[in-house]
Amino acid sequence: MSALEIRNVRKDFGRTRVLREVSLSIDSGEFLILVGPSGCGKSTLMNAIAGLEPVTDGSILIGNEEVTWRTPAERDIAMVFQSYALYPSMTVRQNIAFGLEMRKVPKAEREATVERVAKLLQITPLLDRKPSQLSGGQRQRVAMGRAIARQPTVYLFDEPLSNLDAKLRVEMRTEIKKLHQTLGTTIVYVTHDQIEAMTLADRIAVMREGRLLQLGTPDEVYNDPVDMFVASFMGSPSMNFIPAQLVRDEHGISLAIGAASDPYRLPFPAARTTPDLDAWVGRRVVLGLRPEHISERTPWGEEDANTHPLTTEVTVAEPTGADILLRVRLGEDEVNARVSPKQNVTPGDRLPLQVDMARAVLFDPERETRIA
Amino acid sequence: MDNVIRVQTPGALLARGGIYAALIFMAVVYLAPLLVMLLTSVKTLEDIRAGNLLSLPREITFQPWLHAWSEACTGIRCEGIGGYVWNSVQIVVPAVVISTAIGALNGYALTKWRFKGQEWVFGMLLFGCFIPFQVILLPMAQTLGWLGLGSTTTGLVLVHVVYGIAFTTLFFRNYYVNVPDELIAAAKLDGAGFFRIFLRILLPVSTPIIVVTVIWQFTQVWNDFLFGVAYSSHETQPVTVALNNVVNSTTGVREYNVDMAAAMIAALPTLLVYVLAGKYFVRGLTAGSVKG
Repeated sequence: MSALEIRNVRKDFGRTRVLREVSLSIDSGEFLILVGPSGCGKSTLMNAIAGLEPVTDGSILIGNEEVTWRTPAERDIAMVFQSYALYPSMTVRQNIAFGLEMRKVPKAEREATVERVAKLLQITPLLDRKPSQLSGGQRQRVAMGRAIARQPTVYLFDEPLSNLDAKLRVEMRTEIKKLHQTLGTTIVYVTHDQIEAMTLADRIAVMREGRLLQLGTPDEVYNDPVDMFVASFMGSPSMNFIPAQLVRDEHGISLAIGAASDPYRLPFPAARTTPDLDAWVGRRVVLGLRPEHISERTPWGEEDANTHPLTTEVTVAEPTGADILLRVRLGEDEVNARVSPKQNVTPGDRLPLQVDMARAVLFDPERETRIA
Repeated sequence: MDNVIRVQTPGALLARGGIYAALIFMAVVYLAPLLVMLLTSVKTLEDIRAGNLLSLPREITFQPWLHAWSEACTGIRCEGIGGYVWNSVQIVVPAVVISTAIGALNGYALTKWRFKGQEWVFGMLLFGCFIPFQVILLPMAQTLGWLGLGSTTTGLVLVHVVYGIAFTTLFFRNYYVNVPDELIAAAKLDGAGFFRIFLRILLPVSTPIIVVTVIWQFTQVWNDFLFGVAYSSHETQPVTVALNNVVNSTTGVREYNVDMAAAMIAALPTLLVYVLAGKYFVRGLTAGSVKG
């Protein structure tokens, strides 16, 4: 059953088109993340789902019921806001119970729910405090408690972690994931943080300029992006875009990188070539390679048909602890590579590396769309 | 002590001394009239004739205050201004309560329930702040006549409410504009409606601005003379008008001490309100945001 369905939703603010024909559907119990740069329309879409802003055209269904013109209160939803939006004059207990009170839930039941939710989120000792007496992380928990108390069909999270410090953000991220697993709730979650998107989502919807570019599992969005925008938005450091020429030689289709006189050649995996690719032979394309696909040489790399050696100069080395991020020369450009921290790297060194082409992608340099 | 590191050279110290001297001088000049009023109001008439304005009373008497309260003549009647103080209270209390309540609702609607033409509405309200009293004297007299409220307390309350709404709306609007919209959105999602959100979410955090508005409106309405003299009868006159009559209708010997006592009585309520709530007044004027 689809918990939430959005059909051809458009939203205009005067002449500005904020949402252009967005359609998507979320299954019950699914965790959907809307990502995109600021101004892409993800928050507007969220507000449209919540009923806080009317849509210009299209319809919204929650639990198979048309709710496009219903007030927020009449939709079976709860929302966690970026600023938490806790009622400043009420205690934590009153904050959590307010929605139930407005829906005329009997007092005894309200109290039982508050206790249950507080226990689940470990905020029982805070129940009689005011929001101003809480830390950022505690407020975040209370905001989630307020949403959970009502047990709605759909939960909306509007950048809920963006006001927390880095360490707390990671903790709360895990907490939210755990909560989703225990409660089996349907969640729509807006963020601009691609790591949050990758770690939390069942499916990710990448948005740009009011359009839904790609809707897929984190794995699909990461490894199989529909265009250069999605490819560059997901992953950090982002995918390398390497200008190359598509050529055909005795091994099949290859990419020639660098000076035309002495190019570095990378064969494109035969299994991934499509008939459409023939039209691109002899033309300029953009090769997309993630930094982790350019790494130190490994024993398996020498045997793998899709892995090719590359010895090149290192210009910058940035150790992150878990691994080392490198800037290395490739053809006439510099690209990002990721090597094990065991490597002893000094800028200026020539380092033997390998390029794993198994997940390489090709883009049209003009339209920035995917070609293979 | 204040936490500032200052230059301690003799020149700097001298400059500071100069600043303090100037400030103290200004304060004395500013307070002198009040002091003169207070001193004169507790002097006997002989005392006043004998000394100058600032001389201390030889004996303190509260007779002028009692006289002003219950015996001073306003026109042909000699019943003191006590009854008129009560008239003023009857005008001020409803006028302040109603105009504050409407201002709060207006401010809430203008900031949290956006509607088409709201900027125009707010613009017109703002315009209302700049209309001088004199301009509306005649049309308002006519309106009150039509409504059958001429020379009544209700009529005066209405005038002050209408005139006050522009200011109270402005105050509340500027305060509520700083309350995050997400708070209202959250309450809407929780199922609360227009009035419920106002009463349960906004009103509890509005104390500072309510105090500011009440002080402002109380002072404005209590001190009003023009509307009071124009739209009241002898029975409904506010104390400001009565004070004027006390001072102007004396025949024979001018009782300065009674005049001063009457003026002090007329001014005391506003002073009292400020002393009691002034702390909030400053806080409400400076702090706008709600942390939560």
